Amino acid sequence: MKYALLFNSEGGESPDEAEVAAAVMSEVDQWWGKYSQAGAILGGERLQPASRATTVRFGGQSPTIVDGPFAETKEAIGGFAIVEVPDLDAALEMVKTWPASSSVEIRPIWED
Amino acid sequence: MVAALLRRYGDFDLAEDCTQDALLAAVRVWLSSGIPQRPGAWLTTAARRRALDRLRRRQGLQAKLAQSPPAVVEGGDDRLRLMFTCCHPALSREAQLALTLRTVAGFTTRQIASAFLISEATVAQRIVRAKRQIVDAGIPYRMPAPADLDRRLDEVLAVLYLMFNEGYLSSSWEVPHDRDLAEDAAWLAELAVRVLPRQAEAMGLLALFQLQLARVRGRFSDTGTLIRLAEQDRSLWDAAAITSAVELLDRAAHLRQPGPYQLQAAIAACHAEAPSWEATDWPLILRLYDRLLDLQPSPVIRLNRAVALWLVAGAVAALAEVERLAAGLGQYHLLHSTRGELQRELGLEAEAQASFQRALDLTLNPAERSHLRARMASA
Repeated sequence: MKYALLFNSEGGESPDEAEVAAAVMSEVDQWWGKYSQAGAILGGERLQPASRATTVRFGGQSPTIVDGPFAETKEAIGGFAIVEVPDLDAALEMVKTWPASSSVEIRPIWED
Repeated sequence: MVAALLRRYGDFDLAEDCTQDALLAAVRVWLSSGIPQRPGAWLTTAARRRALDRLRRRQGLQAKLAQSPPAVVEGGDDRLRLMFTCCHPALSREAQLALTLRTVAGFTTRQIASAFLISEATVAQRIVRAKRQIVDAGIPYRMPAPADLDRRLDEVLAVLYLMFNEGYLSSSWEVPHDRDLAEDAAWLAELAVRVLPRQAEAMGLLALFQLQLARVRGRFSDTGTLIRLAEQDRSLWDAAAITSAVELLDRAAHLRQPGPYQLQAAIAACHAEAPSWEATDWPLILRLYDRLLDLQPSPVIRLNRAVALWLVAGAVAALAEVERLAAGLGQYHLLHSTRGELQRELGLEAEAQASFQRALDLTLNPAERSHLRARMASA
Protein backbone atom coordinates (compact mmCIF):
# COMPACT_ATOMS: atom_id res chain seq x y z
CA MET A 1 0.00 0.00 0.00
CA LYS A 2 1.08 3.52 -0.77
CA TYR A 3 0.17 6.30 1.60
CA ALA A 4 0.70 10.02 1.77
CA LEU A 5 1.73 11.13 5.23
CA LEU A 6 0.59 14.71 5.73
CA PHE A 7 2.46 16.35 8.58
CA ASN A 8 0.40 19.06 10.21
CA SER A 9 1.69 21.74 12.46
CA GLU A 10 -0.30 23.99 14.73
CA GLY A 11 -0.70 27.73 14.49
CA GLY A 12 -1.73 27.66 10.85
CA GLU A 13 1.87 28.13 9.87
CA SER A 14 4.39 25.53 9.08
CA PRO A 15 7.41 26.66 11.07
CA ASP A 16 10.32 28.41 9.44
CA GLU A 17 13.54 26.45 9.16
CA ALA A 18 15.13 28.74 11.73
CA GLU A 19 12.31 28.27 14.23
CA VAL A 20 12.58 24.53 14.37
CA ALA A 21 14.89 23.62 17.18
CA ALA A 22 18.08 21.98 16.05
CA ALA A 23 17.40 19.00 18.29
CA VAL A 24 14.05 18.36 16.66
CA MET A 25 15.55 18.78 13.20
CA SER A 26 18.17 16.17 13.91
CA GLU A 27 15.50 13.77 15.19
CA VAL A 28 13.48 14.39 12.03
CA ASP A 29 16.56 13.73 9.92
CA GLN A 30 17.21 10.51 11.77
CA TRP A 31 13.62 9.37 11.32
CA TRP A 32 13.66 10.24 7.65
CA GLY A 33 16.99 8.52 7.10
CA LYS A 34 15.88 5.37 8.87
CA TYR A 35 12.73 4.89 6.81
CA SER A 36 14.33 6.00 3.56
CA GLN A 37 17.04 3.41 4.01
CA ALA A 38 14.41 0.77 4.80
CA GLY A 39 12.82 1.65 1.47
CA ALA A 40 9.55 2.79 3.03
CA ILE A 41 9.83 6.47 2.05
CA LEU A 42 9.54 7.02 -1.68
CA GLY A 43 9.73 10.78 -1.45
CA GLY A 44 8.56 13.84 0.37
CA GLU A 45 9.26 17.47 1.12
CA ARG A 46 9.11 20.11 3.80
CA LEU A 47 6.81 22.94 2.85
CA GLN A 48 7.40 26.65 3.39
CA PRO A 49 4.85 28.42 5.61
CA ALA A 50 1.26 28.42 4.42
CA SER A 51 1.35 32.23 4.42
CA ARG A 52 3.60 32.01 1.37
CA ALA A 53 1.02 30.03 -0.56
CA THR A 54 -0.89 31.28 -3.57
CA THR A 55 -4.32 29.82 -4.14
CA VAL A 56 -6.21 29.68 -7.41
CA ARG A 57 -9.94 29.43 -6.92
CA PHE A 58 -12.29 28.09 -9.56
CA GLY A 59 -16.02 28.34 -9.75
CA GLY A 60 -16.52 31.87 -10.99
CA GLN A 61 -16.33 32.92 -14.61
CA SER A 62 -12.57 32.89 -14.54
CA PRO A 63 -10.12 31.55 -11.99
CA THR A 64 -9.25 34.01 -9.22
CA ILE A 65 -5.83 34.21 -7.68
CA VAL A 66 -5.73 34.69 -3.92
CA ASP A 67 -2.73 35.17 -1.71
CA GLY A 68 -2.44 32.82 1.22
CA PRO A 69 -3.62 29.26 1.88
CA PHE A 70 -6.91 27.71 0.75
CA ALA A 71 -8.36 27.93 4.23
CA GLU A 72 -7.17 29.59 7.41
CA THR A 73 -7.08 26.71 9.86
CA LYS A 74 -5.50 25.99 13.20
CA GLU A 75 -3.36 23.30 11.64
CA ALA A 76 -1.63 23.44 8.28
CA ILE A 77 0.34 20.92 6.30
CA GLY A 78 3.99 21.54 6.93
CA GLY A 79 5.30 18.69 4.85
CA PHE A 80 4.47 15.36 3.31
CA ALA A 81 5.97 11.98 2.59
CA ILE A 82 4.95 9.32 0.12
CA VAL A 83 5.51 5.91 1.67
CA GLU A 84 5.08 2.34 0.55
CA VAL A 85 4.49 -0.19 3.35
CA PRO A 86 2.61 -3.51 3.65
CA ASP A 87 -0.45 -2.13 5.41
CA LEU A 88 -1.98 0.55 7.62
CA ASP A 89 -0.46 -0.88 10.79
CA ALA A 90 3.02 -0.53 9.31
CA ALA A 91 2.25 3.09 8.42
CA LEU A 92 0.92 3.68 11.95
CA GLU A 93 4.08 2.15 13.38
CA MET A 94 6.21 4.63 11.45
CA VAL A 95 4.08 7.62 12.25
CA LYS A 96 3.97 6.92 15.98
CA THR A 97 7.66 7.67 16.25
CA TRP A 98 7.56 10.84 14.14
CA PRO A 99 9.29 13.44 16.33
CA ALA A 100 7.73 16.73 15.15
CA SER A 101 4.26 18.03 14.11
CA SER A 102 1.02 18.24 16.08
CA SER A 103 -0.67 15.57 13.97
CA VAL A 104 -0.05 13.37 10.99
CA GLU A 105 -2.74 12.35 8.52
CA ILE A 106 -2.29 8.99 6.77
CA ARG A 107 -4.03 8.98 3.42
CA PRO A 108 -4.13 5.91 1.16
CA ILE A 109 -3.11 6.68 -2.39
CA TRP A 110 -5.18 5.43 -5.32
CA GLU A 111 -3.36 2.63 -7.01
CA ASP A 112 -4.35 0.85 -10.21
CA MET B 1 -21.64 2.54 -28.71
CA VAL B 2 -22.98 1.58 -25.29
CA ALA B 3 -24.19 -1.72 -26.73
CA ALA B 4 -20.83 -2.39 -28.38
CA LEU B 5 -19.01 -1.99 -25.12
CA LEU B 6 -21.68 -3.92 -23.30
CA ARG B 7 -21.19 -6.92 -25.59
CA ARG B 8 -17.48 -6.75 -25.09
CA TYR B 9 -17.39 -6.33 -21.33
CA GLY B 10 -20.85 -7.37 -20.20
CA ASP B 11 -21.32 -4.64 -17.64
CA PHE B 12 -23.99 -2.06 -18.24
CA ASP B 13 -22.96 0.56 -15.70
CA LEU B 14 -19.40 0.36 -16.83
CA ALA B 15 -20.29 0.68 -20.50
CA GLU B 16 -22.49 3.68 -19.89
CA ASP B 17 -20.00 5.42 -17.65
CA CYS B 18 -17.15 4.91 -20.06
CA THR B 19 -19.15 6.22 -23.00
CA GLN B 20 -19.94 9.30 -20.97
CA ASP B 21 -16.28 9.67 -20.10
CA ALA B 22 -15.26 9.27 -23.73
CA LEU B 23 -17.74 11.91 -24.85
CA LEU B 24 -16.46 14.34 -22.26
CA ALA B 25 -12.89 13.62 -23.27
CA ALA B 26 -13.87 14.06 -26.91
CA VAL B 27 -15.29 17.50 -26.26
CA ARG B 28 -12.08 18.54 -24.49
CA VAL B 29 -9.71 17.08 -27.11
CA TRP B 30 -11.71 18.17 -30.14
CA LEU B 31 -12.02 21.70 -28.83
CA SER B 32 -8.26 22.06 -28.63
CA SER B 33 -7.06 19.97 -31.56
CA GLY B 34 -9.99 19.84 -33.93
CA ILE B 35 -12.49 17.10 -34.83
CA PRO B 36 -10.76 13.86 -35.96
CA GLN B 37 -11.38 12.35 -39.36
CA ARG B 38 -13.47 9.45 -38.05
CA PRO B 39 -15.08 10.79 -34.87
CA GLY B 40 -17.14 7.60 -34.27
CA ALA B 41 -14.07 5.35 -34.27
CA TRP B 42 -12.21 7.83 -32.08
CA LEU B 43 -15.02 7.71 -29.54
CA THR B 44 -15.26 3.92 -29.48
CA THR B 45 -11.51 3.58 -29.03
CA ALA B 46 -11.50 6.16 -26.27
CA ALA B 47 -14.42 4.49 -24.52
CA ARG B 48 -12.85 1.03 -24.80
CA ARG B 49 -9.60 2.30 -23.39
CA ARG B 50 -11.46 3.78 -20.44
CA ALA B 51 -13.40 0.57 -19.89
CA LEU B 52 -10.17 -1.40 -19.81
CA ASP B 53 -8.66 1.07 -17.37
CA ARG B 54 -11.59 0.74 -15.04
CA LEU B 55 -11.76 -3.02 -15.32
CA ARG B 56 -8.12 -3.24 -14.40
CA ARG B 57 -8.65 -1.02 -11.41
CA ARG B 58 -11.69 -3.01 -10.37
CA GLN B 59 -9.88 -6.31 -10.74
CA GLY B 60 -7.17 -4.92 -8.48
CA LEU B 61 -9.83 -4.16 -5.92
CA GLN B 62 -11.45 -7.55 -6.30
CA ALA B 63 -8.15 -9.32 -5.92
CA LYS B 64 -7.67 -7.42 -2.69
CA LEU B 65 -11.19 -8.23 -1.57
CA ALA B 66 -10.49 -11.89 -2.28
CA GLN B 67 -7.49 -11.66 0.04
CA SER B 68 -9.57 -10.00 2.73
CA PRO B 69 -11.05 -12.26 5.41
CA PRO B 70 -13.84 -14.68 4.56
CA ALA B 71 -17.26 -14.07 6.13
CA VAL B 72 -16.97 -16.82 8.69
CA VAL B 73 -13.77 -18.59 9.59
CA GLU B 74 -13.14 -21.73 11.56
CA GLY B 75 -10.91 -21.95 14.56
CA GLY B 76 -10.27 -19.58 17.46
CA ASP B 77 -7.20 -17.80 16.20
CA ASP B 78 -8.76 -16.86 12.89
CA ARG B 79 -11.83 -15.45 14.53
CA LEU B 80 -9.83 -13.40 16.97
CA ARG B 81 -7.62 -12.10 14.18
CA LEU B 82 -10.76 -11.18 12.32
CA MET B 83 -12.05 -9.43 15.41
CA PHE B 84 -8.88 -7.35 15.59
CA THR B 85 -9.37 -6.36 11.95
CA CYS B 86 -13.03 -5.48 12.48
CA CYS B 87 -12.16 -3.47 15.60
CA HIS B 88 -9.25 -1.59 14.08
CA PRO B 89 -9.01 1.94 15.50
CA ALA B 90 -9.14 3.33 11.95
CA LEU B 91 -12.84 2.35 11.89
CA SER B 92 -15.58 4.21 13.75
CA ARG B 93 -17.06 2.46 16.79
CA GLU B 94 -20.35 1.98 14.94
CA ALA B 95 -18.57 0.41 12.00
CA GLN B 96 -16.52 -1.81 14.33
CA LEU B 97 -19.66 -3.05 16.03
CA ALA B 98 -21.64 -3.71 12.86
CA LEU B 99 -18.71 -5.42 11.19
CA THR B 100 -17.94 -7.61 14.21
CA LEU B 101 -21.54 -8.74 14.42
CA ARG B 102 -21.77 -9.43 10.71
CA THR B 103 -18.37 -10.93 10.04
CA VAL B 104 -17.28 -12.53 13.29
CA ALA B 105 -20.54 -13.45 14.97
CA GLY B 106 -22.35 -14.20 11.70
CA PHE B 107 -25.43 -12.05 12.34
CA THR B 108 -27.52 -11.15 9.32
CA THR B 109 -28.03 -7.51 8.41
CA ARG B 110 -31.65 -7.89 9.47
CA GLN B 111 -30.69 -9.25 12.88
CA ILE B 112 -28.28 -6.38 13.48
CA ALA B 113 -30.91 -3.87 12.39
CA SER B 114 -33.49 -5.31 14.77
CA ALA B 115 -31.04 -5.44 17.69
CA PHE B 116 -30.09 -1.77 17.34
CA LEU B 117 -33.45 -0.47 16.14
CA ILE B 118 -32.03 0.97 12.96
CA SER B 119 -32.98 0.29 9.37
CA GLU B 120 -31.52 -2.62 7.46
CA ALA B 121 -30.36 -0.22 4.76
CA THR B 122 -28.34 1.74 7.32
CA VAL B 123 -26.69 -1.42 8.61
CA ALA B 124 -25.94 -2.67 5.11
CA GLN B 125 -24.42 0.65 4.12
CA ARG B 126 -22.35 0.80 7.30
CA ILE B 127 -20.96 -2.66 6.63
CA VAL B 128 -20.20 -2.01 2.97
CA ARG B 129 -18.40 1.21 3.86
CA ALA B 130 -16.42 -0.47 6.61
CA LYS B 131 -15.34 -3.28 4.29
CA ARG B 132 -14.28 -0.79 1.67
CA GLN B 133 -12.35 1.13 4.31
CA ILE B 134 -10.54 -2.07 5.28
CA VAL B 135 -9.47 -2.69 1.70
CA ASP B 136 -8.81 0.91 0.69
CA ALA B 137 -6.97 2.02 3.81
CA GLY B 138 -4.95 -1.20 3.96
CA ILE B 139 -6.13 -2.40 7.38
CA PRO B 140 -4.33 -5.72 7.86
CA TYR B 141 -5.84 -9.09 8.71
CA ARG B 142 -3.53 -10.29 11.44
CA MET B 143 -2.89 -10.11 15.16
CA PRO B 144 -1.51 -6.74 16.26
CA ALA B 145 2.17 -6.38 17.07
CA PRO B 146 2.95 -7.29 20.70
CA ALA B 147 3.66 -3.63 21.51
CA ASP B 148 0.17 -2.66 20.33
CA LEU B 149 -1.70 -5.66 21.71
CA ASP B 150 -3.00 -4.02 24.90
CA ARG B 151 -4.39 -0.97 23.18
CA ARG B 152 -5.85 -2.95 20.30
CA LEU B 153 -7.42 -5.44 22.69
CA ASP B 154 -9.08 -2.47 24.45
CA GLU B 155 -10.88 -1.73 21.18
CA VAL B 156 -12.09 -5.31 20.86
CA LEU B 157 -13.24 -5.41 24.48
CA ALA B 158 -15.04 -2.07 24.11
CA VAL B 159 -17.00 -3.47 21.15
CA LEU B 160 -17.86 -6.65 23.06
CA TYR B 161 -18.96 -4.56 26.05
CA LEU B 162 -21.31 -2.51 23.84
CA MET B 163 -22.60 -5.66 22.20
CA PHE B 164 -23.30 -7.27 25.56
CA ASN B 165 -25.03 -4.25 27.04
CA GLU B 166 -27.24 -3.85 24.02
CA GLY B 167 -28.35 -7.43 24.39
CA TYR B 168 -28.57 -7.44 28.16
CA LEU B 169 -30.28 -4.12 28.78
CA SER B 170 -32.74 -4.24 25.91
CA SER B 171 -33.68 -7.86 26.38
CA SER B 172 -37.24 -8.42 27.44
CA TRP B 173 -39.86 -11.06 26.86
CA GLU B 174 -41.86 -8.68 24.66
CA VAL B 175 -39.10 -8.25 22.11
CA PRO B 176 -37.83 -11.70 21.26
CA HIS B 177 -34.55 -11.46 19.36
CA ASP B 178 -33.67 -14.44 17.24
CA ARG B 179 -30.06 -14.00 18.26
CA ASP B 180 -28.85 -13.16 21.68
CA LEU B 181 -26.27 -10.38 21.55
CA ALA B 182 -25.29 -10.84 25.17
CA GLU B 183 -24.60 -14.57 24.85
CA ASP B 184 -22.62 -14.04 21.67
CA ALA B 185 -20.55 -11.28 23.27
CA ALA B 186 -19.75 -13.65 26.14
CA TRP B 187 -18.78 -16.35 23.68
CA LEU B 188 -16.40 -14.01 21.84
CA ALA B 189 -14.92 -12.80 25.12
CA GLU B 190 -14.31 -16.43 26.03
CA LEU B 191 -12.50 -16.88 22.75
CA ALA B 192 -10.31 -13.85 23.47
CA VAL B 193 -9.46 -15.24 26.91
CA ARG B 194 -8.60 -18.62 25.45
CA VAL B 195 -6.26 -17.17 22.84
CA LEU B 196 -4.82 -14.44 25.10
CA PRO B 197 -4.77 -16.12 28.51
CA ARG B 198 -2.62 -13.48 30.21
CA GLN B 199 -4.83 -10.48 29.54
CA ALA B 200 -6.49 -9.64 32.85
CA GLU B 201 -9.01 -7.17 31.43
CA ALA B 202 -10.29 -9.70 28.89
CA MET B 203 -10.78 -12.12 31.79
CA GLY B 204 -12.46 -9.38 33.81
CA LEU B 205 -14.86 -8.64 30.98
CA LEU B 206 -15.70 -12.31 30.53
CA ALA B 207 -16.26 -12.68 34.28
CA LEU B 208 -18.54 -9.62 34.19
CA PHE B 209 -20.58 -11.12 31.34
CA GLN B 210 -20.83 -14.47 33.09
CA LEU B 211 -21.91 -12.85 36.36
CA GLN B 212 -24.67 -10.92 34.58
CA LEU B 213 -25.84 -13.91 32.54
CA ALA B 214 -25.85 -16.10 35.65
CA ARG B 215 -28.47 -13.77 37.12
CA VAL B 216 -30.66 -13.34 34.04
CA ARG B 217 -33.35 -15.59 35.47
CA GLY B 218 -34.74 -13.45 38.20
CA ARG B 219 -34.49 -10.13 36.36
CA PHE B 220 -37.98 -10.35 34.91
CA SER B 221 -41.32 -11.36 36.31
CA ASP B 222 -43.59 -13.79 34.47
CA THR B 223 -45.33 -10.80 32.93
CA GLY B 224 -42.07 -9.24 31.73
CA THR B 225 -41.69 -6.56 34.38
CA LEU B 226 -38.14 -5.74 35.40
CA ILE B 227 -37.54 -6.83 38.97
CA ARG B 228 -35.21 -4.67 41.02
CA LEU B 229 -32.13 -6.36 42.38
CA ALA B 230 -33.42 -5.80 45.93
CA GLU B 231 -36.52 -7.88 45.20
CA GLN B 232 -35.13 -10.60 42.97
CA ASP B 233 -35.47 -14.24 43.94
CA ARG B 234 -31.81 -15.10 44.33
CA SER B 235 -32.48 -18.83 44.29
CA LEU B 236 -33.14 -18.47 40.55
CA TRP B 237 -29.55 -17.40 39.97
CA ASP B 238 -27.08 -19.91 38.56
CA ALA B 239 -24.84 -20.55 41.57
CA ALA B 240 -22.36 -22.75 39.69
CA ALA B 241 -21.88 -20.13 36.98
CA ILE B 242 -21.35 -17.46 39.64
CA THR B 243 -18.71 -19.57 41.38
CA SER B 244 -16.77 -20.18 38.17
CA ALA B 245 -16.98 -16.50 37.16
CA VAL B 246 -15.62 -15.46 40.56
CA GLU B 247 -12.77 -17.95 40.15
CA LEU B 248 -11.98 -16.45 36.75
CA LEU B 249 -11.95 -12.98 38.28
CA ASP B 250 -9.64 -14.26 40.95
CA ARG B 251 -7.20 -15.57 38.34
CA ALA B 252 -7.37 -12.20 36.58
CA ALA B 253 -6.55 -10.40 39.85
CA HIS B 254 -3.42 -12.51 40.21
CA LEU B 255 -2.07 -11.08 36.98
CA ARG B 256 -1.89 -7.69 38.71
CA GLN B 257 -3.18 -5.63 35.80
CA PRO B 258 -6.14 -3.85 37.39
CA GLY B 259 -8.68 -2.27 35.06
CA PRO B 260 -12.26 -1.07 34.75
CA TYR B 261 -13.73 -4.38 33.55
CA GLN B 262 -12.27 -6.27 36.49
CA LEU B 263 -13.64 -3.64 38.86
CA GLN B 264 -17.10 -3.84 37.30
CA ALA B 265 -16.93 -7.62 37.55
CA ALA B 266 -15.88 -7.33 41.18
CA ILE B 267 -18.93 -5.16 41.91
CA ALA B 268 -21.15 -7.67 40.07
CA ALA B 269 -19.51 -10.45 42.11
CA CYS B 270 -20.36 -8.66 45.39
CA HIS B 271 -23.99 -8.63 44.34
CA ALA B 272 -23.96 -12.15 42.96
CA GLU B 273 -22.50 -13.65 46.14
CA ALA B 274 -24.60 -11.66 48.60
CA PRO B 275 -27.42 -13.63 50.23
CA SER B 276 -29.71 -10.59 50.08
CA TRP B 277 -29.85 -6.90 49.20
CA GLU B 278 -29.51 -5.95 52.85
CA ALA B 279 -26.67 -8.37 53.53
CA THR B 280 -24.63 -7.06 50.60
CA ASP B 281 -21.16 -5.70 51.35
CA TRP B 282 -22.06 -2.10 50.44
CA PRO B 283 -18.93 -0.48 51.90
CA LEU B 284 -16.81 -2.72 49.64
CA ILE B 285 -18.99 -1.89 46.63
CA LEU B 286 -18.58 1.81 47.40
CA ARG B 287 -14.80 1.40 47.53
CA LEU B 288 -14.82 -0.48 44.21
CA TYR B 289 -16.84 2.32 42.64
CA ASP B 290 -14.31 4.84 43.94
CA ARG B 291 -11.50 2.90 42.29
CA LEU B 292 -13.53 2.61 39.09
CA LEU B 293 -14.09 6.38 39.07
CA ASP B 294 -10.35 6.93 39.45
CA LEU B 295 -9.79 4.95 36.25
CA GLN B 296 -12.90 6.00 34.39
CA PRO B 297 -14.49 9.25 35.56
CA SER B 298 -18.02 9.04 34.20
CA PRO B 299 -21.35 10.45 35.42
CA VAL B 300 -23.11 7.12 34.83
CA ILE B 301 -20.65 5.36 37.14
CA ARG B 302 -21.15 8.13 39.71
CA LEU B 303 -24.89 7.51 39.50
CA ASN B 304 -24.38 3.80 40.19
CA ARG B 305 -22.07 4.72 43.02
CA ALA B 306 -24.80 6.93 44.48
CA VAL B 307 -26.89 3.80 45.07
CA ALA B 308 -24.06 2.27 47.10
CA LEU B 309 -23.68 5.59 48.90
CA TRP B 310 -27.38 5.41 49.80
CA LEU B 311 -26.87 2.06 51.53
CA VAL B 312 -23.69 3.16 53.26
CA ALA B 313 -24.32 6.81 54.12
CA GLY B 314 -28.08 7.23 53.78
CA ALA B 315 -30.60 8.74 51.38
CA VAL B 316 -29.80 12.38 52.12
CA ALA B 317 -26.18 12.08 51.02
CA ALA B 318 -27.15 9.96 48.02
CA LEU B 319 -29.86 12.38 46.86
CA ALA B 320 -27.42 15.28 47.13
CA GLU B 321 -25.02 13.35 44.88
CA VAL B 322 -27.78 12.53 42.39
CA GLU B 323 -28.80 16.21 42.27
CA ARG B 324 -25.20 17.12 41.43
CA LEU B 325 -25.38 14.73 38.46
CA ALA B 326 -28.75 15.97 37.22
CA ALA B 327 -27.31 18.65 34.96
CA GLY B 328 -25.21 16.20 32.96
CA LEU B 329 -27.57 13.21 33.00
CA GLY B 330 -30.89 15.04 32.60
CA GLN B 331 -31.88 12.85 29.65
CA TYR B 332 -30.99 9.56 31.33
CA HIS B 333 -34.05 7.76 32.68
CA LEU B 334 -32.13 5.94 35.41
CA LEU B 335 -31.09 9.26 36.97
CA HIS B 336 -34.75 10.14 37.42
CA SER B 337 -35.84 6.73 38.66
CA THR B 338 -32.98 6.69 41.21
CA ARG B 339 -33.88 10.20 42.29
CA GLY B 340 -37.51 9.08 42.64
CA GLU B 341 -36.57 6.18 44.91
CA LEU B 342 -34.47 8.47 47.11
CA GLN B 343 -37.17 11.13 47.30
CA ARG B 344 -39.71 8.48 48.24
CA GLU B 345 -37.54 7.21 51.06
CA LEU B 346 -37.20 10.77 52.35
CA GLY B 347 -40.98 11.21 52.29
CA LEU B 348 -40.99 13.59 49.31
CA GLU B 349 -43.78 11.68 47.53
CA ALA B 350 -44.91 14.41 45.13
CA GLU B 351 -41.33 14.94 43.97
CA ALA B 352 -40.86 11.18 43.67
CA GLN B 353 -43.93 10.86 41.43
CA ALA B 354 -42.63 13.63 39.18
CA SER B 355 -39.24 11.92 38.95
CA PHE B 356 -40.77 8.53 38.04
CA GLN B 357 -42.91 10.25 35.42
CA ARG B 358 -39.83 11.92 33.95
CA ALA B 359 -38.07 8.55 33.82
CA LEU B 360 -41.10 7.04 32.11
CA ASP B 361 -41.00 9.79 29.47
CA LEU B 362 -37.36 9.00 28.73
CA THR B 363 -37.42 5.24 28.13
CA LEU B 364 -39.09 3.05 25.53
CA ASN B 365 -37.99 -0.24 27.05
CA PRO B 366 -41.25 -2.08 27.88
CA ALA B 367 -39.83 -3.90 30.92
CA GLU B 368 -38.52 -0.67 32.41
CA ARG B 369 -41.74 1.19 31.66
CA SER B 370 -43.81 -1.44 33.31
CA HIS B 371 -41.51 -1.38 36.34
CA LEU B 372 -41.77 2.42 36.59
CA ARG B 373 -45.56 2.32 36.40
CA ALA B 374 -45.59 -0.21 39.21
CA ARG B 375 -43.36 2.06 41.32
CA MET B 376 -45.67 5.01 40.74
CA ALA B 377 -48.71 3.00 41.76
CA SER B 378 -47.10 1.59 44.92
CA ALA B 379 -46.95 4.97 46.66
